[in-house]
Amino acid sequence: MNRRVRRGHREFLIVSAISAFSAVIINGVAAEPVRIGSKKFTESYVLGEIAKRSLSGAGIPAEHRQGMGGTIILWEALRSGQIDAYPEYTGTIVQEILKRHDELTFEQIANELGKAGIGMTEPLGFNNSYALVMQRERASALGIRAISDLKKHPELKFGLTHEFLGRQDGWRPLADHYRLNPQSVIGIDHALGYSVLRSGQIDVKDAYSTDAKIEEYDLTVLEDDQKFFPRYEAVFLFRHALPEPAIEALRKLEGTVDEAKMTRLNAEAERTKNYAQAANLYFDPNARSTSPFGESFPRELARWTVRHLELAGFSLLLSVLVGIPLGIWASRGGAVGHVILGFAGIVQTIPSLALLALLVPLPFFGISVRTAIVALFLYGLLPIVRNTATGLQDIPRTLRESAVALGLSPRARLWQIYLPMASRPILAGIKTSAVINIGTATLAALIGAGGLGEPILSGLNLNDHATILQGAIPAAMLALLVQSLFDLLDRVLIPKGLRL
Amino acid sequence: MPAIDLSVERGKTTVLIGPSGCGKSTLLRLIIGLLEPDSGEIQFGGTQLRADKIDIVRQRVGYVIQEGGLFPHLTARGNILLMARHLGRDQNEMRARLSELCSLTRFPESLLDRYPLELSGGQRQRVSLMRALMLSPELLLLDEPLGALDPLVRAALQKDLKEIFSRLRQTALLVTHDLAEAAYLGDEIVLMNEGRIIQQGSLVDLQQSPASEFVSEFINAQRVLTFQ
Repeated sequence: MNRRVRRGHREFLIVSAISAFSAVIINGVAAEPVRIGSKKFTESYVLGEIAKRSLSGAGIPAEHRQGMGGTIILWEALRSGQIDAYPEYTGTIVQEILKRHDELTFEQIANELGKAGIGMTEPLGFNNSYALVMQRERASALGIRAISDLKKHPELKFGLTHEFLGRQDGWRPLADHYRLNPQSVIGIDHALGYSVLRSGQIDVKDAYSTDAKIEEYDLTVLEDDQKFFPRYEAVFLFRHALPEPAIEALRKLEGTVDEAKMTRLNAEAERTKNYAQAANLYFDPNARSTSPFGESFPRELARWTVRHLELAGFSLLLSVLVGIPLGIWASRGGAVGHVILGFAGIVQTIPSLALLALLVPLPFFGISVRTAIVALFLYGLLPIVRNTATGLQDIPRTLRESAVALGLSPRARLWQIYLPMASRPILAGIKTSAVINIGTATLAALIGAGGLGEPILSGLNLNDHATILQGAIPAAMLALLVQSLFDLLDRVLIPKGLRL
Repeated sequence: MPAIDLSVERGKTTVLIGPSGCGKSTLLRLIIGLLEPDSGEIQFGGTQLRADKIDIVRQRVGYVIQEGGLFPHLTARGNILLMARHLGRDQNEMRARLSELCSLTRFPESLLDRYPLELSGGQRQRVSLMRALMLSPELLLLDEPLGALDPLVRAALQKDLKEIFSRLRQTALLVTHDLAEAAYLGDEIVLMNEGRIIQQGSLVDLQQSPASEFVSEFINAQRVLTFQ
């Protein structure tokens, strides 16, 4: 009787855990603030924060999904309604979104976007063009002043961002336009590019004309003497479906930021590692470092950690609920077993970044927590499926036959004999999945799903090790904690007779 | 395995004996439904054994194997009561039956909460026997139940088994390759070779009127070992 009661209790616990997790996910979606997106670089983060503040100031709840990715990801997210607004540049709109090669007037751009149900504010007041930059001494030593001067120096090493390398208004057409043919062109992260430019490992890099680093590192902006780069007026794109007051709040930002101001805000953001604070500077030029709007670190850390656990926990739960039945099925061998184990194995070999990138364009997924959870769930599957299958197959034949000969029904054999006997390998598989999930969940920040990957990603963008560690250390500690938690769980869930 | 025709007498112990690979264990596995006959049928209490009824038959047949086949994650009590609990038998009835079995098999009740790994080989076989007897089976199948035990424990268990069978008037079919054990426990001995029943009768029948050269050979070989 005792045993029966305890088993019932265990089932109750599992059911409660499932309902708790579902509640978390459903509540997360229930309240719908205006969602502002931003691209993966400082200025976009700062503009995103400013928009959020402007909306909050008008009494409209808003959230900012920081650094979701590049142009296409943000545009698709806006069009499909996963975000409501994000900062963009006119040149990028023409070249990348509308895929036009001719010059369009501001009104023409607005008309074209209108056809997709997207609105555009008037320019915010600054032109952030693409530019090529070099170290000042190096440029003057070689006598390079403008982009056309680069033609004479094919030995110079170019370090360009991946987005610039791939853009319609980026490297290829630029090189054709100016007839450049350098011997070495490598792709490198934007923030990291500045530090290797400074250390002399590369000579030329792409930049935005309002980059704070241009001033900080005293770089020369090469003149676009053959007028290749289109104008990049900063604007906000928003969905027409957005309520009028929200659109008004965005329009209030029109014509309020000139180049000097934007460069200063960018510099402030990079100096303080705090975008919210740079946004404060926009609203109050005399704002002090401590702001009532910036989140305190412990609260921020708590938010990241909770989200991280939600991502890892919910995906693990799915992996367990799907993985154990699949493992049971696979343990019976035959073609189906091979297919199941083969599928789980193949999923595991896809690099996690690639898996995220593959899921994002699919309908239903996109830039969301959902996508991150599904990717993590797929990753967590193999250890659970494989351990369940081998755990069951390793049960000695004599014991299987004893269970059959007793006359237990197949269901009772599975639940009362086979699964308890295989509990150790099954739990070991779940433990492996949990630890993998905690680590891999840091990548969720890449698609705006948050978690401890957020500070890691910001830190990478800012080239700031302290910020990276703010995410990396808690993530590592979390993994250790989960590991020891499972060691404790072993004592509860593995029957005593198997631990002698 | 060729066709085989064997019937066992109710309330008696029939021993299947023969060299390794003669098919005696296979026969037990056919009866309990671990193997299916290529053709022909097995009847139990007058009804034919069929796949859909096999579990009901299994619940009326006890099965004990050499290593005991006890489930390591269940205590001795858990193993013995497994089926009765599965069938939702009455608590008090189960408790009474359990202590009856403990005294019958000379198993101390204080050891009931131990796990199989905490018991000796002989104790494990007693638990296995109790598990097989729990639902008062009409037929008890024992596949070399004492094969893995040392001689002293084995002798003690042989004596206890004989007593238990006669007290319960248990219909039993026991497989062994030890002629002395067969002679001691069996009311009837069935000698098998290469999947066929060669001769059926008492040890005296087998010794005095062997059905073939093989019977004498088998008995003499064993006698050399037994009485050397």
